[in-house]
Amino acid sequence: MADATLHTSDARPALVSRPHVPEREAAPATHAEQPAATRLAAREYHLYYGTHHALKNISLEIPSGSVTAIIGPSGCGKSTLLRSFNRMNDLIPGVRVMGGLVVSGQDVFGAATDVVELRRRVGMVFQRPNPFPKSVFENVAFGLRMLGVNDRAALAPRVEQSLRRAALWDEVRDRLDNSALQLSGGQQQRLCIARCLAVEPEVILMDEPASALDPTATGRIEELILDLKGRYTIVVVTHNMQQAARISDRTAFLLQGELVEYDDTRRVFTSPREKLTEDYITGRFG
Amino acid sequence: MTATSLPTTGPAPDPLSERVPGRARRVDLSGTSFTALSGFAALLIVLMVAVILGEIVWNGWSTVTWEFLAGLPREGMTKGGIFPAIYGTVLLVVLMVVALIPFGVGAAIWLHLYARQDSWFTKAVRFAVHNLAGVPSIVFGLFGLGFFIQFVGREIDRALGLDVVWGQPALVWAALTLALLNLPVVIVTTEESLRTVARDQREASLALGATRWQTVRHVLLPQALPGILTGAILAVARGAGEVAPILFTGAAYFLPFLPKSPTDQFMELGYHVFVLATQSPDVDATRPLLYGTVLVLLLLTFLLNLTAILIRARLRARLLGRG
Repeated sequence: MADATLHTSDARPALVSRPHVPEREAAPATHAEQPAATRLAAREYHLYYGTHHALKNISLEIPSGSVTAIIGPSGCGKSTLLRSFNRMNDLIPGVRVMGGLVVSGQDVFGAATDVVELRRRVGMVFQRPNPFPKSVFENVAFGLRMLGVNDRAALAPRVEQSLRRAALWDEVRDRLDNSALQLSGGQQQRLCIARCLAVEPEVILMDEPASALDPTATGRIEELILDLKGRYTIVVVTHNMQQAARISDRTAFLLQGELVEYDDTRRVFTSPREKLTEDYITGRFG
Repeated sequence: MTATSLPTTGPAPDPLSERVPGRARRVDLSGTSFTALSGFAALLIVLMVAVILGEIVWNGWSTVTWEFLAGLPREGMTKGGIFPAIYGTVLLVVLMVVALIPFGVGAAIWLHLYARQDSWFTKAVRFAVHNLAGVPSIVFGLFGLGFFIQFVGREIDRALGLDVVWGQPALVWAALTLALLNLPVVIVTTEESLRTVARDQREASLALGATRWQTVRHVLLPQALPGILTGAILAVARGAGEVAPILFTGAAYFLPFLPKSPTDQFMELGYHVFVLATQSPDVDATRPLLYGTVLVLLLLTFLLNLTAILIRARLRARLLGRG
């Protein structure tokens, strides 16, 4: 059953072949400076959990300043792909990758790449709001403190700016020293976004950022994503097809670890090239 | 909340007992007897504690005077106080905690975050920790004598060209032996509390560009602190009461002075109880002192625990955003 829906992939390279070899000529550094340049790229990217082939030969380019939605049924590898761009999968034992990922022209798996520095440039917002059990202020200041900024006078303007950008400032300006856990779920998620903005990332990865929130809070997160578009390159994993259609410029459809279709959102939702995509977005499976 | 929103029709009838009365009664019967049995077991524990505490407080209360707490033992320990033993116990426990916490917490952090879980070395460490917890305390005492005093202490003396200073029973060796005894407790409780810090907290920190050490220092340890304190509480409670590990490593039968340096011997409450009960030339004369000493030992342990529990409660409240 599972194999019947798979594309017959002939590009299944042997495991010994060129681990982590980037295709440098494909993403020269100059791209990063052009307005519609590629911010994120995957090149024949494979990922294995032990023997499980979770991502198969993914190649895509995500333009700078855009919002890209990754859709697909549970277990199709959406989150795994998302978490590849800031190497969060490094935390899971037994993960191996092949092929290349590029962020702003830099090879994600290159020997010269500093993971800590990469994660500052590629921020992440998780499915469940996960503020630290610290004050609102300290949550937003966390990333800066880790960079060695410890002077409250220097931190305060950055914290305010980040909270304003995350559309949370007006709600928390009078309780910056209260515990972040006293905020509502939706506020906590916007706080997590503010926390991520404070370290000035280029890319924000969002893993189903609204799936734990009520419709009103979800609407605010979606508005916020549209606000942040342009300044940041945003990749959103979502289960919600309407959400993908509302907020994204481009949509990638993943199925069982393979990239079935990747195109402008309008096109994916109105006239998809692949039959599988059409079946999925019209709710015939998934 | 539900009580006010629901119409008050009294307790809902048990659907099972309505449909199959006979069967339901049988279930009820075994349920009732089990409740009674477990209730009796719980009552027995309360009774035992009450009897022990009552006996000690009843017999020891009148002995515990200011003179008893602050004085030295006199007339072959049939008169006088137990101040050197109180002083020695507090010093011993404090030194033990100082040695124990960095080692125990460090080992737990390493096991939880840095160790490759499938390597033989990690498995060996875990195996050792669990087995260490099962070793009888008297064996720790002998180990302390053989390792700390006869090996480490003597080597220090030889290296420094001293006579016998370190190579004899002393406060520092007794504290280290006790720390060793409690090491598994602290490692296990610390690792357990690190594990209960949600994975998303760790990921949030790393995703913000914090290094692994920064994540430990600023996210994991603060949230694991109540659990680490639990380990310390258990260690203190056990450390203050254990006699066997300090028997050969530093506790003294009687000293006319207080310990001034880590290489001095010391008197200790638990050991003093043992001495009063078995080594006294006149057991009848020492009996009131014995009750008093036990009472002080219990109160001291209780006080140390209470302090740690209060600190832990404050930390928890702060973590939950109520501080």
